[in-house]
Amino acid sequence: MAALVVRLSCLGKRWVLACIDGGSRHGRGAAIGLTSRRKRGQSSVAQQPLIAVQKSRKGEREWAAVVGLEIHAQISSNSKLFSGSQVHFAAPPNSLVSFFDASLPGTLPVLNRRCVEAAVMTGLALNCRINKKSLFDRKHYFYADLPAGYQITQQRLPIAVNGCLAYSVSVGKKPSQVSTRTVRIKQIQLEQDSGKSLHDEPRSQTLIDLNRAGVGLLEVVLEPDMSCGEEAASAVRELQLILQALGTSQANMAEGQLRVDANISVHHPGEPLGVRTEVKNLNSARFLAKAIDFEIKRQIHELENGRKILNETRSFDDKLGCTMPMRDKEGKQDYRFMPEPNLPPLLLYDTASLPPGADPQQVINIDWIRERLPELPGKTREKLIQQYGMLPEHSFTLLNEVGLLEFFQNVIKETRAEPKKVTSWVLNIFLGFLKQQNLAVNESPVTPSALAELLNLLDRKAISSSAARQVMDMKRGNPRAINKLIGLVRKATLSRADPTVIKEILERKLSS
Amino acid sequence: MLGRTLREVSTALKQGHITPTELCQKCLSLIKKTKFLNAYITVSEEVALKQAEESEKRYKKGHSLGDLDGIPVAVKDNFSTSSIETTCASNMLKGYVPPYNATVVQKLLDKGAVLMGKTNLDEFAMGSGSTDGVFGPVKNPWSYSKQYREKRKQKAHGENEDSNWLITGGSSGGSAAAVAAFTCFAALGSDTGGSTRNPAAHCGVVGFKPSYGLVSRHGLIPLVNSMDVPGILTRCVDDAAIVLGMLAGHDPKDSTTIQDPVKPFTLPTFADVNKLCIGIPKEYLAPELSSEVRSFWSKAANLFESEGAKVIEVSLPHTSYSIVCYHVLCTSEVASNMARFDGLEYGHRCDINVSTEAMYAATRREGFNDVVRGRILSGNFFLLKENYENYFIKAQKVRRLIANDFVNVFNSGVDVLLTPTTLSEAVPYLEFIKEDNRTRSAQDDIFTQAVNMAGENLTSAIPEPHAKEPEQLHVTSFSYLPMTNELAGIIETFVVTKRPYWT
Repeated sequence: MAALVVRLSCLGKRWVLACIDGGSRHGRGAAIGLTSRRKRGQSSVAQQPLIAVQKSRKGEREWAAVVGLEIHAQISSNSKLFSGSQVHFAAPPNSLVSFFDASLPGTLPVLNRRCVEAAVMTGLALNCRINKKSLFDRKHYFYADLPAGYQITQQRLPIAVNGCLAYSVSVGKKPSQVSTRTVRIKQIQLEQDSGKSLHDEPRSQTLIDLNRAGVGLLEVVLEPDMSCGEEAASAVRELQLILQALGTSQANMAEGQLRVDANISVHHPGEPLGVRTEVKNLNSARFLAKAIDFEIKRQIHELENGRKILNETRSFDDKLGCTMPMRDKEGKQDYRFMPEPNLPPLLLYDTASLPPGADPQQVINIDWIRERLPELPGKTREKLIQQYGMLPEHSFTLLNEVGLLEFFQNVIKETRAEPKKVTSWVLNIFLGFLKQQNLAVNESPVTPSALAELLNLLDRKAISSSAARQVMDMKRGNPRAINKLIGLVRKATLSRADPTVIKEILERKLSS
Repeated sequence: MLGRTLREVSTALKQGHITPTELCQKCLSLIKKTKFLNAYITVSEEVALKQAEESEKRYKKGHSLGDLDGIPVAVKDNFSTSSIETTCASNMLKGYVPPYNATVVQKLLDKGAVLMGKTNLDEFAMGSGSTDGVFGPVKNPWSYSKQYREKRKQKAHGENEDSNWLITGGSSGGSAAAVAAFTCFAALGSDTGGSTRNPAAHCGVVGFKPSYGLVSRHGLIPLVNSMDVPGILTRCVDDAAIVLGMLAGHDPKDSTTIQDPVKPFTLPTFADVNKLCIGIPKEYLAPELSSEVRSFWSKAANLFESEGAKVIEVSLPHTSYSIVCYHVLCTSEVASNMARFDGLEYGHRCDINVSTEAMYAATRREGFNDVVRGRILSGNFFLLKENYENYFIKAQKVRRLIANDFVNVFNSGVDVLLTPTTLSEAVPYLEFIKEDNRTRSAQDDIFTQAVNMAGENLTSAIPEPHAKEPEQLHVTSFSYLPMTNELAGIIETFVVTKRPYWT
């Protein structure tokens, strides 16, 4: 295993390059690569998967990887999918469990309206066809965190099908080199989340917390149109942004609100697809790409050494940086799907088909929901580009950092400085400063107002840009004093002091 | 007093001829005397007396809650009752005390009914004899009737008095016996393939199976979710109508109940049968039908004809497939519904600590009897990917055909169907256990389960009182609620004398 890791670290960079170069080697890819250089970020949408080509060490034939994703997003709702117990993160164990969640005999599921609406909204945002009739099924397996011995899901006829998700990947070293890809959405289905099991090894026992059991999930199935970890990570990021914009899921991976399973296989271009493995429970954006890329390499390595790929389920060990087989998922599971007899078919309507005199509490109108969809990230980015003349890649960065867009907009409100200046300061200096200090936007000691004032001063040429930068330089400064400093500078400029004087003052203050 | 109908006793309470507490105590005392019937698993004496006391207070103030106020009732032990042990006659749930009431139980309690206890059944309602529960079999009160004792004296001599007692039928045998023995005025059963009507037939009481979706299943520990309904057992049709009126209606906790409001109704005292068309399904003329049941069936049909009704032969062509179809669908849903019994959250848990799987396996082996385990295994077989299409899907399609048989018949001008409930009268226990549960269920459910699969039908079973052992007739109608009851009431008027027949 160690040997493979060593090889990984040197292969890693080469492979990313191959991902980009691959674009220029193949017909379809070339068009995209060239286009992306010409029209920054507004390349033609790839309808077919880009084949990422990997040149093996031994100089053998090229490999192509195929990646599909199953993403589980916890629905942001007050109560669970089929019962009235509440949905809260980090509540005391087993404090949010209704009789139905605990599978007490005789209890029955009752469908949560908000969850259905969330599914419809998400389906519409992802360009899906909303099925006016969808069905619920039972998926049976025995596991301690599944009290009923089955999960209620939508296997036969899910609520939404045949959509697409557009996302952006970098195709070069320069930030301007971005390309738009699309991945087809196979379906979106409503299903129950399971409880949590915590293994207490020293005492040889497992502790079960059912708080999460029965929480509504949206399973979004992405077709295997992706070809490497970065594409997958980008697609997931874009989905996160969409869900957050819709409010249908907070999609916070750290809190388990968004979980990703990846289906990965490799093959030689032109040949049939290879045996796929499933890498489950990728719960961190950071490790998503890493895990997928590792698995691709592992499969290539196995096949090149004459071994076969097992159709198995694996998990990712982030400490070791590799995937491992999951022991208890060996062997093929027959889930014995059966229609859920306690839930009638879910019928949705549009304005044309709405039954007259229907109780609005009892029906869902797809058109009504469509008309009220919030602004999606793609649209937001478009508006930023148009309104502030920023580059596409800037609009992506603004949306990708949590809280950055809001910060930016607040600064814009309070400053007279040119938007392009603001953009540059926020994305380069401010963001850089945060990264250096390992802070999130909401942890920033610099408030939007403070930055706005600084920029105003800069705009009036009351201070030099280098002085302004020094203000931002945390290495020599007391974080909380920064705002004080700016106040000082302001005072100084009102009294129309010499810019050099201000610089001296700042330096003096900063070095103390 | 205890032999009276619900309506008569209710009147007596309202008029002060008897108090709820007196009534309750009489029933409790009779329960103790008839303990040998094994009809009750749990007798909720304290609860009952308390409820009777409260009812009495209401009567004194003139604020009675209605016809059910102060009336002793019993509930089959597969209905969830808050703070009262609910076992389903299984080791798996011995000691399980639910924290909530089933909707139908709550409705009864809200109307002032007095809960005498939880009645015995086949384990998890699987069976047609009420013989396969962990608390032992239920004995048919008719085993101790003058008629039966005389009949037995003519047969074997030197037999132990009690060795040849009759079964109650099942699976709601305890409820049927409780009503037949006068220990309560109404009881709740459940009906999936005939489990209310079969024991009603054998115990000589009225068993009513409502249409699927009319009465809430919330709190009824399920056997087959798509066929189960709560059933009503009473001593006359009018009583069943009273109870049904209290129980029917939409329940937001049960998504399979119909949304339309249910109009209350009362039975007419006299009905005109001139405009009635009664169908006799020819496929129900089974060769195994006993001569007594067959003659009673003819007698009833002739009676209606002589009073001016139109009696015609009809056909339900897919009848012969219904038993097999029922078994495939029933076992499949059973396998699914029983998956939750793993000993983790509630119920029996074995002592094995080696691994979760080992614990599940041992818990379920210890908790379930052979019948339940057999059905789980069969059901899982039918649900396997390679079998699903050929068994489960096929059975669903056949089920649709069977349901359509009924639709077609009722669309062709027939108002009600008249059939027997069981092949023969109640058999002695020793004879019953010669065949296994599966065989018996296949035999005994033959007339009753088609209607469960069709779901859309109301049925009622009415006893024939003059027989040596109870015999039953089965009336089925399509959705029109009062119709079945009316017809059943008519039969009752003509055939039954409304006086206690077990004397």
